[in-house]
Amino acid sequence: MSHKVLIPIGPYHPLQDEPEFFRLYVEGERVVDIDIVIGYLHRGIEKLSESKHFDQVTFLVERICGICSTSHPFAYVNAMEDLAKIEVPERALFIRTIIAEMERIHSHLLWLGLAGHFIGYNTVWMWAWRYREPILDMFEMITGNRNHYAMMKIGGVRRDIKDEDISILKKTLDDLLPAVDMFKGAVMDDPVIKARLKGIGILTKQQAIDWAVVGPTARASGINIDVRKDDPYGAYDKVSWNVIVEEDGDIFAKTIVRILELYESISIIRQCLDKMPKGEIDANVKDIPSGEGIGHVEAPRGECFHYVRSDGTNRPVRHKIRAPSYMNVASNKVAAVGGTLSDAAITLAAVDPCYCCTERLIVLDKHSDKKIMNGWDLIKLSQEKTEKLKKIIGCKS
Amino acid sequence: MNLKLKALTKSLWVFHLCIGGSCNNCDIEILDLLTPRYDVERFGIMLIGSIRHADVLLITGSLSRKAAPRAKRLYEQMPKPGVVVAVGSCALGRGIFKDSYNTPCPLDELIPVDLYIPGCPPKPEAIIAGIVKLIKKVRGV
Amino acid sequence: MEIIQQIKEKLKDRVSDWHRHNQRRIYFTVNKKDIREVARVLFKDLGLRFATASGIDTPLGLEILYHFSLDKSGQIISVRTIIEDKKNPEIDSLAVISEAFEWIEREMWEMLGINFIGHPNLKRLLLADEWPQEQYPLRHEHES
Repeated sequence: MSHKVLIPIGPYHPLQDEPEFFRLYVEGERVVDIDIVIGYLHRGIEKLSESKHFDQVTFLVERICGICSTSHPFAYVNAMEDLAKIEVPERALFIRTIIAEMERIHSHLLWLGLAGHFIGYNTVWMWAWRYREPILDMFEMITGNRNHYAMMKIGGVRRDIKDEDISILKKTLDDLLPAVDMFKGAVMDDPVIKARLKGIGILTKQQAIDWAVVGPTARASGINIDVRKDDPYGAYDKVSWNVIVEEDGDIFAKTIVRILELYESISIIRQCLDKMPKGEIDANVKDIPSGEGIGHVEAPRGECFHYVRSDGTNRPVRHKIRAPSYMNVASNKVAAVGGTLSDAAITLAAVDPCYCCTERLIVLDKHSDKKIMNGWDLIKLSQEKTEKLKKIIGCKS
Repeated sequence: MNLKLKALTKSLWVFHLCIGGSCNNCDIEILDLLTPRYDVERFGIMLIGSIRHADVLLITGSLSRKAAPRAKRLYEQMPKPGVVVAVGSCALGRGIFKDSYNTPCPLDELIPVDLYIPGCPPKPEAIIAGIVKLIKKVRGV
Repeated sequence: MEIIQQIKEKLKDRVSDWHRHNQRRIYFTVNKKDIREVARVLFKDLGLRFATASGIDTPLGLEILYHFSLDKSGQIISVRTIIEDKKNPEIDSLAVISEAFEWIEREMWEMLGINFIGHPNLKRLLLADEWPQEQYPLRHEHES
């Protein structure tokens, strides 16, 4: 007789913009169904946006998400510039690109660390976050804050990058490169990580198309989409770089995509620093005409989409925001079903939502509704599996 | 001075709760405290997975409608004496989301808060400074 | 062949009001009864990626913009449809075509009160359960 057990994961889980609560239905070890509930972090930003004037909205959308806190303002200013047909000074485009790529580095390192934590490599967590700190220092040097940089502005950027800062930034990137090499080696050559991540949580190409996923999640499933290439914004068409695509669709592929993207980001920043022209950084926009505009950017997690409609006043009539995880998280429904419980933590984390959900998992018996397992046990389960595999493969731990 | 409360400052076990309406940045800065540069675990400060073992309830985010009852229940489940710490502008006074339809009230109208750490997000140094102030106050030095 | 020609060929007189904001932003209007057919052609036949949908409360009625993205050329094609009856707004659900439409329709249902006919799982996505019925956050008070 099959005995279905319900495992709620969540509930208030501060994923970037879309909090979520997973109800996992398991039969023995196997996940048979999953139900995703979101809305715990709903703040009504789309409605709030209608009560702010166009410049204030930049700060509001920055606070949608702490990790991609430049992607949302970037998409928003792109939408406004599309609406009002504004020409942005070239130097501003380069500065925007540099900030966006620095953010991608810090976001991917953050994910890498947490993924390492979930499968029982706490060392990876500590190393990844250690190498993330210098990037945050660079943010502080350039913008004045470690997070929430407030660099974007309709028609330009708020602050310039000083000449004396450029050499420090270049030095930081040089120091980062060996660390990325180390991570690449650690992931690609480690038999245990391969055994843990290969063939787990697969999202096939067709499923990826059906669920319309974006970003690294789609690129790991063999779909070659990247807004930076497809619809270039900022200075992405002025530098040379590659879109990283993997075919397998499993978690290993998603990890590889993110690690290889770190190299591309470092290269993009270096090229931007070299090619950045001197000049104005702001177009001094005065009025916003009526009309509608669409802006989208490639956030670290995928396409971030903003639609703004103006009626000629100084506030938006409608501001629609679609964050990348909105599409990606929904696809967990196919990626996690069929896998085992010990793989659930890493599968749900592979689309790069946030860690806090998995810190508060609770396993409930469906019939008695009694708590039989809490969140950390699920991570422990995942970590124990790694230990077992280490013994089988014969690695020293 | 409450002896139990004084003893509890030796090694703070922290339950971290994001009550919704946060951008996640405060949560990241809190995790940052555990990583090599700041490493507060040296001083016995540890994140734990259950409120029933916690000395400190650390709250981030502006209270959302859906999360409010859960926050209240968690506070009731916390062993007393314990302290409640609010981190970030949102937890202090809802921050930029003050006028939203989904953030009904500031946190300290729902549960009592002992320590407020402002900032959007507060830097890790600021959070450490806040915790030090709290420990000093509890110990009465 | 350019995507606009393909759309015009496949959908003929079902589409109207072409508006080209610039090379990469294209808007057109369809009648609300044709929306499922149009979406199927765009999503399945022409292989466009569904980005999102924006529901807007306007004085003329509830407007929905379905944004599709053609990633090969970076174009965003927005399909506009207007539901004039604000008292009892209804439109065919697109969730039967693909799961990608499921969440955004649930969101529009709770935020604007648009009923999606045939949606498999029309329940609240973001708002709390105790949020009052018949109150839609994104509706505006338009003067009649």
